Order: sequence, then C-alpha cells, then structure tokens
Amino acid sequence: MADTAKPKGGTARGSASRRRSRKDTALGNEKPETLLDYYRQMLFIRRFEERTGQAYTQARIGGYCHLNLGEEATVVGLMDALQERDYLFTNYRDHGYAIGKGMDPKRVMAELYGRVDGVSKGWGGSMHMYDTQTRMLGGYGIVGGQLPLATGAALAVTYRGGDEVVMCQMGDGTTNIGAWHESLNIAKLWNLPVVFVVINNFTGMGTTVEMSSAEPELYKRGAAFRIEGERVDGRDVLAVRDTATRLVERAREEQTPFLLEAWSYRQKGHSVVDPAKYRTDEQRDEARSEENDPIALFDAKLAKAGILTDDLREEIAASVKAEVTEAADFAENSPKPDVSTLFDYTYATPVPNESRRMPADPVFAE
Amino acid sequence: MSVITYRQALRDTLRAEMVRDENVLVIGEEIGVFEGSYKITEGLLKEFGPRRVKDTPIAEEGFVGAAVGAAMLGLRPVVELMTINFSLIAIDQIINHAAKIYGMFGGQTSVPMVIRTPGGGGQQLGATHSQNIELFYSFIPGLKVMAPSTPAEASSMLRAAIRDDDPVLFLENLGLYNSKGEVPEDYAEPENSNVATIGRAAVTREGSDITLIGYSRMAMVATQVAEKLAEEDISVEVVDLRSLRPLDRQTFVDSVKKTGAAVICEDDWLTYGIGAEIAASIQEGAFDYLDAPVRRVAMAEVPMPYAKPLETAALPSVESISTVIKETLSAVGKRVG
Ligand SMILES: Cc1ncc(C[n+]2csc(CCOP(=O)(O)OP(=O)(O)O)c2C)c(N)n1
Repeated sequence: MADTAKPKGGTARGSASRRRSRKDTALGNEKPETLLDYYRQMLFIRRFEERTGQAYTQARIGGYCHLNLGEEATVVGLMDALQERDYLFTNYRDHGYAIGKGMDPKRVMAELYGRVDGVSKGWGGSMHMYDTQTRMLGGYGIVGGQLPLATGAALAVTYRGGDEVVMCQMGDGTTNIGAWHESLNIAKLWNLPVVFVVINNFTGMGTTVEMSSAEPELYKRGAAFRIEGERVDGRDVLAVRDTATRLVERAREEQTPFLLEAWSYRQKGHSVVDPAKYRTDEQRDEARSEENDPIALFDAKLAKAGILTDDLREEIAASVKAEVTEAADFAENSPKPDVSTLFDYTYATPVPNESRRMPADPVFAE
Repeated sequence: MSVITYRQALRDTLRAEMVRDENVLVIGEEIGVFEGSYKITEGLLKEFGPRRVKDTPIAEEGFVGAAVGAAMLGLRPVVELMTINFSLIAIDQIINHAAKIYGMFGGQTSVPMVIRTPGGGGQQLGATHSQNIELFYSFIPGLKVMAPSTPAEASSMLRAAIRDDDPVLFLENLGLYNSKGEVPEDYAEPENSNVATIGRAAVTREGSDITLIGYSRMAMVATQVAEKLAEEDISVEVVDLRSLRPLDRQTFVDSVKKTGAAVICEDDWLTYGIGAEIAASIQEGAFDYLDAPVRRVAMAEVPMPYAKPLETAALPSVESISTVIKETLSAVGKRVG
C-alpha cells in the first residue's frame, strides 16, 4: 500500500491545506499532443456536463442527473489507463466515463434526451449508459450494484483465458454496502482482474466519508481482503493515469484485483437539483476553488510549460463548444422512441403468452 | 421411457447441458466439494473441475451478481441458491439487475442465466426456511419463472432454461426431489429435443366437472386429488402452470370455459398471491362461463411453525383441496360424490 497523496481522514472535514497535495506530477517527457489531448478531453466533459445541467433545468432532460464537475481529471486519467479491450462498469455518475471510454458524445446526449439514437435507445437515461462496442458495460443506479457484475465480467474473462481487465468505478459512499465486501472478497478468492476504483469526493449525497466509514482512508480497506490499495490525487490527470495504468497492468499480469482511491472535489450538489445546502460557504468555495479545480490546475501547468498558449486555449475552447452544441443539436433532432416499441426489450428470447397489454387493455381481447 | 426421481432428472440434465455447451458453468455454495446441499450437483466437480463448478463463499448477493456479470459477457451460469429463502439476500441483483439489464440498455446485452433454487414447506424447517416466495419474482417483467412438477418437466424445462437468453428463476421444491416419474429414454443425452417451451401451461389430466390449477408440488398434489375424486365420480381437469412468468392464461381460461368452475391450489400465502392473479384472469377471461365463484386453496397465512401437526395443518392437502372442490360443485348444484 502506498499513501501517495493526502488527505488524511478522521475529522468531520479536513482543511483545505491538509487536502492539498505536496507535489504536482511533473510534466516530464510527456508529449505535448498527449497533454493537450487530456486538456481537451477534460474541458469537453466539463462543457458537456454544463450543457447537460442547462438542458436539465430547461426540462429537456428528465429523471436524475449526476454530473462529473470537478472529477474530470479522474475520469480522463482512468479512461486513458484502460486498453480498448478492457471493460468498464460505473455508477450513475457516468456521462464522463461513457465519453471517455469512447462512446459518441452525440449519442450520450441523445440518451439524456431519451431519444432513439441514445446509446441505450432511450431506455436507460442518465444513469444507464451502455455500449457493447466500446465495452462500457453500463452505469448502474443502485449503489454498489455494479460491483458483483464487474467481478462476474472478470470471471467470464478468465474463464475464456482472456487478458482483459475490468474496471469498476464507484463513489466513497459505496464502500459500506454489502456488495462491496462480497465483491472484493470474491474477486480476490477467484483471482479476478478487476480494478475497483473509489472516487472519493468526500460525500455520498450529504453524508461525509467520516460519517459513514469507520476507516475513512478508503484505499486501506482492501487490506481485509489482501487487496493492495493506493490513493491518488484525483485532481491530477497524469497522477491518476500513471497510478491507474500501473494497477490495470498489474491486474492483467498478476490476475488479481486492486483498489484505487482517487480523491477530488464534487463541485456542485449530488445531482443537478441538489443545492448542497449541507455545505458551508467555506466548504463550497473550497470545492470550487481554482486550486482544487482539475482543469484550472492543468491549464496553469500547461501554460507555465509553454504548451498551452492563449491562442491554443481559445481554439480548443471554441472547438469543444462547437462539438457540445453539435451533440445537443443531434439529441434535439433525434426522434423520440415510438410507443409501438414498448414491448421490444423485455425478453431476449421471445416467449408465447408474454403479456403485452397496455394499461387499458383487457387481458383477453377477443 | 424410464422412471427416475426429480432429483436425478435435474442432475443428469444439468450434466448433459455442461457436456453440450462449454459456456455452461455452475456457481453456488457447497455445490462442488460438498456436491450440493440436495445433491443435484453430485459428481460435477469430479467431471468438470473447479473452472466450471465454482464453490462460492456465503455471499448470495456477490455470487448471484457475479453470475449476472458473467452472463452479460456470454457465459451461461447456472446458479444454485441453497434455498429460495436466501434469495432475499440477492434480491437486488435478481430484480434490479438480472431482470432489468436487457431492457434498460435497450436490448444490447442479455443475461442468459439460471437460478435454480428449492423452496416449500413440509420439512419442519421453521419460518425462515419453509417459504415459497416465487411471487416476488413472478411479479417482475424481465425474469422468467419456471416451476416444474414432474421429473420429465424438470428435465425439459431445465434444458429450456439453460438455453434461454433471459434470466430464469427455476423453482424446485424440497418435497419433489424424491418423487418419481417417467422420462424419455434420451432425457440425459447432451443433444436432444426434450426442450420445453417456456411459457406454456399444460392440461395434464382431462376432466369435465371442474378445473383444478396448480404448479410445482401443488400440480402433483392436484393430480392426486383428481385421482381420488375420480373414484367418487367427480371429473377433475388438472392444469399445471409450469411457468409463472410468462403466464399462460389461455390454457387455464380455456379449461374453465369447458368445465365452468375452478379451484386454484398453491403452496404459498393467499393474500396477493399467485392464485389471486389466476382468479382475476379467470373472471376477466371466462366470467360468462363460470357457474360458481373461483375458490383458492393456499397455505395458512402464518410464519411456518416447526411443530409437525401445526405445519401439516398450514399446508394445502389432498383433503383440503377435495373439500373445496366439493363445496364449489355443490354450490352449482352439480352432483357430488
Ligand atoms: C442501495 C442504494 N441506496 C441508496 C441510494 C440513493 N443514493 C443514490 S446516490 C447515493 C450516494 C452515493 O454516494 P457515493 O457512493 O459516494 O457516490 P457519488 O454520488 O459520490 O458518486 C445514494 C445514497 C441508491 N441509489 N442505492
């Protein structure tokens, strides 16, 4: 186990200084294209989510809507650590991951709009992005529900002698549900290549890590299952990528699960409609401050290194904006599902006598 | 034809399916080294090894969910849940995940898995180990719920369940494992055509006075009732539901149209139960044909007691069902016995 970054748990809320990491990851020999690509991806997710929030308040998007604002570096770093053939399971905070795993943002937006071109044909919505092609095996709405599924997917991989890795994302609040314990135990017992990733934004809805976890240093909790855990500063895209890549590759080679905790700040409420009144002004400012904003942090770093010039920044911002607009337009113009398809996705193997009655239909129509 | 037990029908069919399809594996508590709490998986570990016969920790949610995930990637796990009572621990994975994944992702991935699990009272196992809670699962679109009553059904329906692309809850009954019946000679051949159609009920005995509807152990009891009443010149038509979801309403409604009266017997609680659904379907589909109110014979609505006389009294029996049939027939002025 490696305590690679702050914060330490134990108090109701750690102070900002305690959470600050001591050292930034140096840019080292990174290719400028790679760095700019990360920057662009992070910005894209940010703008996409902002647009999503807007569309939600305009009632273009229904249901629940949980955004990745503040967690973009974690999303991009994690997704870059996966090979195309690797699988991903997430919770309901899944838009950024869906895009990061390679899904077409236009179709992600169309799913949010509940349209036929949505990744799940409008059947899933915000919480249930799924795509066989890019191996994003779904966002799930029951806290912890995705953990057993991820271990099972890894079982299928090893059953076939494959070398794919399964990544399973979740929030800090998930680490106290039964499925967490059962899944980590089974994953280790059966030597399954799963990387369990805990996104520690310090809150599950309004409940803090300290309120919910007897051991708030979450990465340590793999120890009960002899699963190595690491903690990384989730505001730092390169640190996330490096740590995640190392664990993903070790999972692949050693055929064993790992636990990764990435901490960062959830800039807004739990979902779009949550005003987060349980936060003090100070806590809100802390969550949204530039020093905790992964994009501002990375921007400053790239600018300092002379990689991100003002012109380039503008150019990227403009192209991101255009692409987000394109996604929203695409979603807006995609047809709504036809009601005649209502019974198309109940069973994969059709059956005789399946009830296909609409609410007012009689059971027996002569 | 040969005569074998329900247990053997299950065991041999499971084995045959594993021989036939490399993607079929069995997962569950005590199914490997211990060879199964009810010995359905006897011999499988020796034949197929630990890769395909996976003993699990006591972690129902964890391993049922793992089977769902494995099924999403194309394996065909057959999970054994020691008894249906423990499915309550895994109910999130069964109802929120297995049943929903095909629909909520717009048909992109299915969950071809089977959960085999025994239930039922009558073994003096007390309140938490004597339940038939198939109603919970039969309520859920996306699941298929099968309840075979004879060895032949157990075999052909298990084969269908394993080959089906949807999650199937496969109900066994502790009271049926040792029951015997005829099966086709080739029932245990890996390649054969004894594959049931999921979602079909059957008229297992023709009759003209009244329709008696049951499933699983109660379908077997229903047959005994019909045999007994035949001696008294009452002609009972028996419908075995076989599948609780999808539910084949047509078969029992047609039967009621023919006989004009119906009794439903079920091994679970009355209020909101499966019998209530059947009765509602009969009134919707055969109201004009009914000569008497539809009656239901179900378990007493109590947590199952341990003491034998109490337990026996709580369960529907040949006698209690016969009584209700006679009451129903005399209510319509039909001659009884
Ligand atoms: C089993 C279950 N209980 C409660 C909820 C309601 N709920 C939705 S999200 C959430 C908080 C989860 O927090 P965390 O795991 O930290 O994830 P985050 O929202 O931070 O991504 C809760 C309680 C749920 N969806 N599922």
